[in-house]
Amino acid sequence: MNTEQLNILKEKAKKNRLLALEGIFLAKSGHPGGSFSIAELVTYLYNCEMKVSPADPQMQNRDRLVLSKGHAAPALYAALAQKGFFPEEELKSLRKIGSFLQGHPDSKKTPGIDMSTGSLGQGLSTACGMAFDNQDNFNVYCIVGDGELQEGQIWEAVMLANHFNLSNLYVFVDYNKVQLSGPVDEISLPGDIAKKFETFGWFATEIDGHNFEEIEAALTACKAENRPSVIVCNTVKGKGVSFMEGNPKWHGNAPNAEQYEAAVKEILAAE
Amino acid sequence: MADIATREAYGKALVELGKEHKFYVLSADLADSVKVDYFKKAFPERYIECGIAEANMMGVAAGIASTGVPAVASSYAMFTAGRAYEQIRNSIAYPNLHVVIGASHSGVSVGEDGATHQCCEDIALMRVIPGMTVISPCDAIEATQATKAALLEAKGPVYLRLSRPTSPAVNREDYKFELGKGVVLADGKDVTIVATGLMVAKAMQAREILLAKGIDAAVINIHTIKPIDSELLTTYAKKTGNIVTVEEHSTIGGLGSAVAEVLCENAPCKLTRVGVDDKFGVSGPSNDVLAYFGLTAEGIAEKVEKAVK
Ligand SMILES: Cc1ncc(C[n+]2csc(CCOP(=O)(O)OP(=O)(O)O)c2C)c(N)n1
Ligand SMILES: [Mg+2]
Repeated sequence: MNTEQLNILKEKAKKNRLLALEGIFLAKSGHPGGSFSIAELVTYLYNCEMKVSPADPQMQNRDRLVLSKGHAAPALYAALAQKGFFPEEELKSLRKIGSFLQGHPDSKKTPGIDMSTGSLGQGLSTACGMAFDNQDNFNVYCIVGDGELQEGQIWEAVMLANHFNLSNLYVFVDYNKVQLSGPVDEISLPGDIAKKFETFGWFATEIDGHNFEEIEAALTACKAENRPSVIVCNTVKGKGVSFMEGNPKWHGNAPNAEQYEAAVKEILAAE
Repeated sequence: MADIATREAYGKALVELGKEHKFYVLSADLADSVKVDYFKKAFPERYIECGIAEANMMGVAAGIASTGVPAVASSYAMFTAGRAYEQIRNSIAYPNLHVVIGASHSGVSVGEDGATHQCCEDIALMRVIPGMTVISPCDAIEATQATKAALLEAKGPVYLRLSRPTSPAVNREDYKFELGKGVVLADGKDVTIVATGLMVAKAMQAREILLAKGIDAAVINIHTIKPIDSELLTTYAKKTGNIVTVEEHSTIGGLGSAVAEVLCENAPCKLTRVGVDDKFGVSGPSNDVLAYFGLTAEGIAEKVEKAVK
């Protein structure tokens, strides 16, 4: 990745945060923290990694993405709009009656959404199912939250993926250290997440989830392996807005007008 | 009493009860939303944060209850009745353990979070389990007393259905909650509206709209859906010959079905079920979503008027 490409991606991630935040602000509800922590990840996936077609969202051999932590939908919707799946203007209808942009991803309503999610712990199983019959030779990407790892179903899926060696499955753990009611390690010690996956037979690597070059290198490493892989992304919840960073209060709260303005300024000022 | 959400009243009631009675409270990363954070603050040694692992939470609650100490397990309706259904059935209800399931954010009034978080199937799922008591309070006054009754009076498993938005007060401060007894809030001769939860206040408003149109509707609050007050329902079926049920739940399997079962066997009469008609919820501000499903005073009045004609 050269400097120019890198700068383009950085600009796109900035825009991703602005669009996500605008939707949340206008809806007066939503989840800014967990949306901001995956801004770089979804930006990278849709611009550098995934084989998808905005003109043909249902293309059979497309790569699939399951946002298992479905409450981060604003980041995903923004990425889809930025990619051209629908006009950015539509993002303003987030969470409103009649909108095709529901509070959590709805694959029936939104072009580009491959699986409905929102109830935590279920997405990875569906991603396994997608990866199973790989006649069309596509990849399946799945983003799970660090708090979400507490759901037992996640580990049922982890064992299944290993058993059936779903090598076209790439999982990202958004390790932002915070869940809804507080720091993850105060609620349920996550331990060494990468090592846990390794113990279950997966290839695991750990990166800075806000660094595009590290995301790229990690995916390259995963592809050299012939087994399911996980990329543990060290991130900051609420990344990009100082008063939101690492603060559980911004897990699921919308900013008021004053906070919104301050947040936009900060996001714009970022390098 | 000011307009307070039933989940708020429940959370505060648990603190009051905790001062005199020993029980544990469990939640799954939603203590603040389901209002058990008050209990967590007051009695940290009797609060168990289970993390985002609802099925496990139900099992832990069952284990605690099996030692003779009641347990209160709290999350959203979707992630209790829905997510942990089989753990509730087999680990809690089958051994008949005294676990109170505090299920907030029931129905479509959850609002913006949308269909994945709007549980309209929980009454159906819970009332079909043998030995389960199902309570759906209509306002904060009732929720406070229902929490107490669930913990101290009821035996075995209890499902307490709570709501996210504030509920306008329906009952007076001197109201006395009686487990299993329906409440006649207003008498009437033309038709009987049988409502539960948030819909009780709307049914009372609908009654006013109907009165202006010359229709005299009785309104009954069924706060205990199981065991249901068959006697009262039978009396009003015979008296008005026309019943309309109203619930923030699927019209399949919930209050409407429970009332239908009673009427068919005891006093067959005309029945209209108002609720969510076999559909998933949608995102939107709470009141907009309720209006989308016709669950407003006007929407209810319209259905009742049709039923009377
Ligand atoms: C099964 C289930 N239980 C509870 C919730 C409520 N909930 C929404 S987000 C969240 C916390 C998620 O934390 P984490 O996985 O760390 O996500 P992130 O930090 O990326 O936002 C909870 C408990 C839910 N959506 N699904
Ligand atoms: Mg997290």
